[in-house]
Amino acid sequence: MAKDIERYNESDRVNHWVIAITFVLAALSGLAFFHPSFYFLTNLFGGGPWTRILHPFIGLIMFFAFVSMAFRFAHHNKMTDSDKQWLSQWRDAANNEEHKLPPVGRYNGGQKVLFWVMVACMAILFATGLLFWQPWFAGNQPIWLVRAATLLHAVSALVLIIGVMVHIYAAIWVKGTMRGMMQGTVTDKWAKKHHPLWHKEMSEK
Amino acid sequence: MTMQTSMDVTRRSATTTPSSSIRETPKVAKLIDESKCIGCKACQVACQEWNDLKEDIGMNVGVYDNPADLTASSWTLMRFAEVENETRLDWLIRKDGCMHCADPGCLKACPSPGAIVQYANGIVDFKQENCIGCGYCVTGCPFDIPRISKKDSKAYKCTLCSDRVSVGLEPACVKTCPTGAIVFGGKDEMVAYGEKRAGELKERGYQKAALYNPAGVGGTHVMYVLRHGDKPQEYSGLPADPKVSPMVSLWKGIAKPLGVAAMGLTALFAFLHYVRVGPNDAEVDNDKH
Ligand code: HEM
Ligand code: SF4
Repeated sequence: MAKDIERYNESDRVNHWVIAITFVLAALSGLAFFHPSFYFLTNLFGGGPWTRILHPFIGLIMFFAFVSMAFRFAHHNKMTDSDKQWLSQWRDAANNEEHKLPPVGRYNGGQKVLFWVMVACMAILFATGLLFWQPWFAGNQPIWLVRAATLLHAVSALVLIIGVMVHIYAAIWVKGTMRGMMQGTVTDKWAKKHHPLWHKEMSEK
Repeated sequence: MTMQTSMDVTRRSATTTPSSSIRETPKVAKLIDESKCIGCKACQVACQEWNDLKEDIGMNVGVYDNPADLTASSWTLMRFAEVENETRLDWLIRKDGCMHCADPGCLKACPSPGAIVQYANGIVDFKQENCIGCGYCVTGCPFDIPRISKKDSKAYKCTLCSDRVSVGLEPACVKTCPTGAIVFGGKDEMVAYGEKRAGELKERGYQKAALYNPAGVGGTHVMYVLRHGDKPQEYSGLPADPKVSPMVSLWKGIAKPLGVAAMGLTALFAFLHYVRVGPNDAEVDNDKH
């Protein structure tokens, strides 16, 4: 039997799960303010004022952990023509017809798009979040800026949350993916099927 | 101010079902007749007195405004503006404070259930026990009124003496005004009186005198009679056409249901995708050929 292949080392994995945990906490605490139907989520954080106090700090931890991960993985996420071809055939991917797709390297076109969407959302969340942070900064900005920041913060949070939902679903749908981020290794078959170019590169090493 | 259970509530922040609202409470309003105001600040003192507020001793900023701005413990403030017209210098004095909008931007923006309420009589009140200190009310207000306290991180502003009004008294500032520049009564009655006053001022040479009851926020339960009704901005920046900012309306209007629907649908589609297409498993290679 072919050997398993390492996909993420210990430090990649810890970095990823710090982001995942803080992301879920930031999303739950932020959503509490977004819509009355989510306000009950403040109970998870010790009530309304505590949720308001904690959310930005959770967000900051997440942001800096994300910056670290973005630097680790950015060079794997350069868009190529083959990725564009892959994206134009996204239906084949969604229908489990991967053999019709151009061969994929370490990441496919969809993963790369999601990576850059996350980079943009995180940057916007960070910048706008600071602008309406009570009691630290909100009072020092012109009011139109605080209004714009709040709106943009909510919109980019929604985009990110939806992006992460797709990300999580993909990990459930494509079996054998989760262990890559949990134990760090994937099977030879997994790599050959989903990331053939990366598989080749790793086997030649 | 804690909830007065004898007052019905027509609107409650971050709440999507009706609050108690069977009582037929008449709408009230306060009218500030700027032409009669002498800037004595008795109303400012009465407000501090009735509401047990104490402003910190500050610094003179070169004008009569004292303190220099509204604060969490100064809910009303006389603002003094010197305006040069062609023929003369006008000294315009305006009692600033919450306008008690019929369509309150603060209440629309507030994420905490019941931190802001609008009583059936029109008064907009902050309930500090429910306030989480996020500052969204500041974002929502077209008049720059709410202030977050440095001491307790709660939002404060003029209550229109909702406690006094609920037992049939007039607000403390009205009671104390020595010139009768502030009057209080039913909203319709106050509109009629304000228009009458504007008419009288016109006869006395103030052609542009007008009642300030801006329609952009549904009218207000605190109104002004202005001698220069065509230029409210001259009164220390009173907005000519106040409206809840479109950014706030977008954020608190369509963005909320759309956002919740988008998240719900994403989860649903993901689940249905799994049901339709099934797992993608390299070990059993179920690629459809
Ligand atoms: C990057 C660091 C972040 C900072 C500094 C930050 C800061 C803030 C602040 C100051 C607020 C206002 C409420 C409050 O006072 O707590 C807020 C609201 C919110 N945050 Fe964040 N945040 C960050 C990251 C995130 C993330 C990662 C998410 C979710 C994916 C998120 C989702 C939200 C949502 C949904 C709201 C409510 C917006 C609304 O009321 O419409 N934030 N954030
Ligand atoms: S700060 Fe203003 S918007 Fe936030 S909870 Fe308090 S009253 Fe509501």
